[in-house]
Amino acid sequence: MLQFGIPVPKGRVVFTPAEARAIAEEIGGKVVVKAQVYAGGRGKAGGIKMADTPEEAEKAASQLLGTRMVTHQTGAEGVAISKVLVEEASEISRELYVSVLVDSTMKLPLMMASEAGGMEIEEVAQAAPEKILKVSIDPAIGFQPFQGRKLAYGMNLTGKQVAEATRLMTNLYQLFMTKDCSLAEINPLAVTADGRLLALDAKLNFDDNALFRHKDIQELHDEEQEELLEVQARQWGINNYVKMDGNIGCMVNGAGLAMAVNDLIQYCGGSAANFLDIGTLNTTDRVVNAFRMFVADSRVRAVLVNIFGGMARVDVIARGIVEAYQQMDISFPVVVRLAGTNVDEGKRILAESGINFIEARDFYDGAHKAVQAAKGQIK
Amino acid sequence: MSILVDKATRLLVQGITGGEGSFHTQRCIEYGTKVVAGVTPGKGGNQILGVPVYNNVERAVAETEANASIIFVPPAFAADAIMEATDAGIPLIVCITEGIPVMDMVKVHSYLKGKSTRLIGPNCPGVISPGKCKVGIMVGEIHLPGNVGVVSRSGTLTYDVVAQLTSLGIGQSTCVGIGGDALPGSTFVDILNLFNVDNDTKAVVLVGEIGGIFEQEAAEFIKGEMTKPVVAFVAGSTAPPGKRMGHAGAIITGIAGKASEKIKALSAVGALIAPNPAEIGLTTKRVLDRIST
Repeated sequence: MLQFGIPVPKGRVVFTPAEARAIAEEIGGKVVVKAQVYAGGRGKAGGIKMADTPEEAEKAASQLLGTRMVTHQTGAEGVAISKVLVEEASEISRELYVSVLVDSTMKLPLMMASEAGGMEIEEVAQAAPEKILKVSIDPAIGFQPFQGRKLAYGMNLTGKQVAEATRLMTNLYQLFMTKDCSLAEINPLAVTADGRLLALDAKLNFDDNALFRHKDIQELHDEEQEELLEVQARQWGINNYVKMDGNIGCMVNGAGLAMAVNDLIQYCGGSAANFLDIGTLNTTDRVVNAFRMFVADSRVRAVLVNIFGGMARVDVIARGIVEAYQQMDISFPVVVRLAGTNVDEGKRILAESGINFIEARDFYDGAHKAVQAAKGQIK
Repeated sequence: MSILVDKATRLLVQGITGGEGSFHTQRCIEYGTKVVAGVTPGKGGNQILGVPVYNNVERAVAETEANASIIFVPPAFAADAIMEATDAGIPLIVCITEGIPVMDMVKVHSYLKGKSTRLIGPNCPGVISPGKCKVGIMVGEIHLPGNVGVVSRSGTLTYDVVAQLTSLGIGQSTCVGIGGDALPGSTFVDILNLFNVDNDTKAVVLVGEIGGIFEQEAAEFIKGEMTKPVVAFVAGSTAPPGKRMGHAGAIITGIAGKASEKIKALSAVGALIAPNPAEIGLTTKRVLDRIST
């Protein structure tokens, strides 16, 4: 933020209560202690605490550090808090909101601004949509001063604040474009008692597809903030893995089909342990590693493999399943549904291997049998 | 009839000399698609699979009268490839590439404005008019010529849907994968519009998923314009909010992105909602039985 000329309060990220105290002393006066996590809604979840003295800052940090925070954007288990931000508490007269994102309808960057800062913009959108102001930005010419003035006056800023806000929004747009963000949000954007603008909190989301041209952002990646199983999956070359709350391990090719498999499992009365799109593969490694994931996940009671080969070849998947059985002790029932490219060859490989698996006729049969298997009704 | 691709399609392949490009070019040719040219900068003058390769699209179009392009170019260069094909005046571009940066697509959309080129994808399986022409990576054999249009944000889920339809004897006029990205070249509304005026299409199957508001836009269109029945399914009822489910566009960031909201919108305008993804075929059969009586 600072690098792009966006005014932020004085402060620093710390990892221990003692450090929090030291920074609070350095800043002097009142401070705010904020949990540093990758999830919105932390204010409501108690992740932001006020402290009048360095002692209080130390206490606030010790209450946050080492705990897990649950917000509406995290799972039920929440995310671990391993660091907090200690920063100067400014006297605030108003809280505003500004953000840049890509509008999927206009297919253009969009600057949004609102007088109703400090709360989730989605709530504002529902309760008072007229309070959200929007301007589309032409990427060829960039964010224009008149657009900044339009939003600034719209937020009832006056005098020098208008030029200041315009400059801040121009800089935020620069940041958004330069870093290939999918969202650059300042919320709240405070108007201090003495009339200055100050970005009190910000959220930057980056476009995964553009990471190849931003080495610096790749390094920001904080694995502590992620699910252990998801970190493990990525280490094993399985990029499209999301942990879910159930007990049926799923391996599917294609994201839409993988989501639909999880939906169908629920329809059949069960619950998936994960979303896993195995993607297109020409070797068996990733299939074997997917099974490693299922073995490592102590919640898994049954596994459903649902493959509709297109680019992915069913025979390669089948060979991978056989290799997995050879390499590890698989104690849960495995339901396999195969269709598409080279399906006959795939079925022959499984049949001739002598491994113990449950064959499914089709999509529904697979989900149904996996749910039964997880309940111990079939083996 | 059918939409987008048929016997008159003359296909150009951008990235024809790459592994995926050549593999799928061969599959398209085997299906009966007329592949007239390939483009790979620096490899012009060669032939691959009996198809002449050119250094750029403009030259390829001038010499072969290609009227459609399929793109297999890596993500970092794919936006450039789309704009090159647009500049050469190709009316239909199908971009298979997955992983194009969103900002690159913003530029592409800006470039496409005011031009008559239609873009399908990126991050999609392509388009097939069964028995006529395949411009994509889908398995040809599972399709059957017929009168149901299919439009989907997914790849393999669409294969399953098509297999369900075919096994019930329900053929397809055209199947269009619009792709799983946040900024697709064509949306549900664009494709519904084409199916709506296609004489060979009697009903449409729409397969949506979480994220964005494409399904809600489709619902608006169905309410105001659509004269044919629509069967719908939206994947991701069980997807947790804030997590990207494989597809770049499949992430619930607001209330509208949820499957339940999309289903509600589609259901409210009379689309028949399949109760689960394995019964999309059966639901379509019910609709067809109803309109034929």
